[in-house]
Amino acid sequence: MHRSLILVRRRLLQAIPVLAVVAIGVFFLIELAPGDAVDAYMASTGGGDAAFALRLRQEWGIEGAWPARLGSYLLNLLTLNLGQSLAFSQPVSHLIADRILNTLMLTVSGLGVAAGLGTIFGVAAAARPGSIRDLLLTGVALVLNATPGFFVGLLALLLFSVKLAWLPLNGISSLDAPQEGLGHVFDVARHLILPVLALGLTYMAIYQRLMRAGMLRAAASDYVRTARAKGLAPRRILWRHMARNAILPVVTMIGVQSSSLLGGSVVIETVFAIPGFGRLAYEAVTQRDLTLLVGVVLCGTILVILVNLAIDLLYGYLDPRIEV
Amino acid sequence: MLQSIPFSRRGFLAGSASLVALTALPQLVCAQGTPRAGGTLVVAADTEPRNLNPAMVASNDVFYVASKVIEPLAEATFEGPPRPLLATSWEGSADGMSITFNLRKGVKFHDGQPFTSADVAFSAMEVWKPLQNFGRIVFKNLTAVDTPDDSTAIFRFSAPTPPQLIENALPSLTSVLPKHLYAGTDFDKNPHNADLIGTGPFRFVEYKQGQYYRLAKNPDYWDSGHPYLDGIVFKVLPDPASISNALETGDIQLAAFSAVPMTDLDRLAATGKLDVISKGYEAITYQIVLEINHRRKELQDLRVRQALDYAIDKSFLVKTVFLGYAQPANGPIPVTAKEFYDTNLAAYDFDPKKAEALLDEAGYKRGADGTRFQLKLLPAPWFAESRQSGDYVRQALKAVGIDAQIVNNDAGGHIKAVYGDHAFDLAIGTPVYRNDPAISTTILFRGGVPAGVPFSNQYGFDDPAMDAIIDKAAVTIDSSARADLYRQFQELAMKELPIINLVNFSFISVANKSVQNVANNPRWATTSWYDTWLAS
Repeated sequence: MHRSLILVRRRLLQAIPVLAVVAIGVFFLIELAPGDAVDAYMASTGGGDAAFALRLRQEWGIEGAWPARLGSYLLNLLTLNLGQSLAFSQPVSHLIADRILNTLMLTVSGLGVAAGLGTIFGVAAAARPGSIRDLLLTGVALVLNATPGFFVGLLALLLFSVKLAWLPLNGISSLDAPQEGLGHVFDVARHLILPVLALGLTYMAIYQRLMRAGMLRAAASDYVRTARAKGLAPRRILWRHMARNAILPVVTMIGVQSSSLLGGSVVIETVFAIPGFGRLAYEAVTQRDLTLLVGVVLCGTILVILVNLAIDLLYGYLDPRIEV
Repeated sequence: MLQSIPFSRRGFLAGSASLVALTALPQLVCAQGTPRAGGTLVVAADTEPRNLNPAMVASNDVFYVASKVIEPLAEATFEGPPRPLLATSWEGSADGMSITFNLRKGVKFHDGQPFTSADVAFSAMEVWKPLQNFGRIVFKNLTAVDTPDDSTAIFRFSAPTPPQLIENALPSLTSVLPKHLYAGTDFDKNPHNADLIGTGPFRFVEYKQGQYYRLAKNPDYWDSGHPYLDGIVFKVLPDPASISNALETGDIQLAAFSAVPMTDLDRLAATGKLDVISKGYEAITYQIVLEINHRRKELQDLRVRQALDYAIDKSFLVKTVFLGYAQPANGPIPVTAKEFYDTNLAAYDFDPKKAEALLDEAGYKRGADGTRFQLKLLPAPWFAESRQSGDYVRQALKAVGIDAQIVNNDAGGHIKAVYGDHAFDLAIGTPVYRNDPAISTTILFRGGVPAGVPFSNQYGFDDPAMDAIIDKAAVTIDSSARADLYRQFQELAMKELPIINLVNFSFISVANKSVQNVANNPRWATTSWYDTWLAS
């Protein structure tokens, strides 16, 4: 327990320089990109003279030499003031709060479906390696993995929303559904079924293969031979002993994929018209919106740091042999 | 006494026959029977502009939503004379130094306050003239707006201003804001730039960022009996495939501005539930233009520029890139602008042999590898069609020995590269012809524009003869004399070829057959939809 706390403290302290480097990096990323926020905006206005552009630059605070702007930018961040988004004319904190929940619901569920189904099917496939069941499960998962996520999403949409009309076509909620309470929860859940499935089924194969390989490795190990010799039921050996060891690579992979929790679903979000977090990053870059981009990137950085910390702590629990 | 000047009645693109003739698909949705009140129209929105105020930003994505809430002084019609909205009639003085607008009485803003001439004066002097991107051009010489009474506004100019120009600008550049909500505030931070208040047939209800805009019927609209719809919802759908799906299932009833990919149009029309409509955008003509950097030695030679024009097959662009939903351009003004288009202009037909002969004559022979010289070509990234046009132009120029290397940028990078840094040799641009050459067309040809102004002459082209014609037309009061000067402008543009107009295109709407009165004016998608109704 004491060791875990030391780890947590160490990680949180390490996070500070990481965040600082990221923040300064984002500033220069926007600064060095060709064109600024006004240049990007002018494309949609269709025209405007020099005075029009100058007034906008002054209004948006992007006029003037970069050292002064870098200074005020860092000062704002230190006081936790995320500022106003140029691309959306809203406070960055509002935008992030609105959208981060949508995306996390989508990606965490998607990851859950992928890891959950992948684990179960991996165990099932490894129980009888080389059988028809094994070939079928592995084959289907591979096909789904090889197909681009948006294509799986579009196919699912065509079948379930257009042809059968069982599930909603787009968005995170329906216009005429209740906006609060249990009704709202059910409405949002209905809208998330297809995108979560599209996301989850695409990544399922990774977890299935990891689990299957881990199970096969465990099957050849001494402790399993002992358990069989002791006369334990096969199913108990499968889940209680083999799976518990084979799952460690799966947990590692979840940690690795956590970095895509906030951004990796942009394509699915676009296809299903879900106002998501990944889209914010895309808009921030194309619109050269510094305040929005740094807010988005810092959120992503913090999330990755936290998730990896959680994964490391989880190892200690899952496998007492590992020293945290 | 002011003498009224007869405004040109020839204007406004009566029946865009030429555009329509190119398409083989069913067009107009005719009104069936008597309009029925009720129903909510759900349409696709693919952009969410940062500033929804049409008086400050006169752009199509803003008008799409805002024109239902905030009205201009008059609206465009197919027949010619603008339809009076907040202004019931107008007269210009003989010397062109003033225009008197008679305003509609009994109109209220959505918050109950009355609309008066003070709102027009405020909007013109404090917003259109100093702040609006195109208003700064059109109302450049506006010095004052007199308001002798609540329903009269007299625009006074410091130099003769063509009434024809002001009339052509009425539909898009004269959105009236409520003075009582804006005067004395910081306009850029005013909350009503998002929470719009106007005099229009629909009230602004809510905006859920990333999801939808919702408008509701204005029961106190001045045109009694209108609007028919109970409300409009603009659903934010960023993916074109999902727009097609949504139309097919009836989830939305309308997609405008070619939001539906052109390749899907046939399939959607074949469902029997939807109409593909190319009418209704005649006053918003987009152009594909080959922008030329005259700072490059090779491009300074007129023969080289002529060769470029002969080398490019405009009808190939129309057929292959635009699938027929466009027409070849002949000069800077589209043929649908009947007021101004010069029908006597000789065209540069597709003639690669002539192009090669001109290039040889100019002294740029093919090298050992077949290349005469290399150019950097920057296609505008914001339309798929402009990118594809860039691909085709590269191909066409390669065939005559010019190696045009494509350089790709995103929107901000492109604007900076072409209009700021002039780091290009050729570019594919997408200017818009907005009903009058003086609004956004002549600025592509006039010399002396400061560096960095987008969608203007950043090409290093400076011709005193061209400047003289443009400046004279800007102050010519008589409409037919003015139209005549613009014909001379076109002739000079075709002779000197500072830029090469390739294609004029407009947009396609896809509407459910239940939507009535679609496309019944030349800027339909950006107008108020006061008479749109849903058949059951």
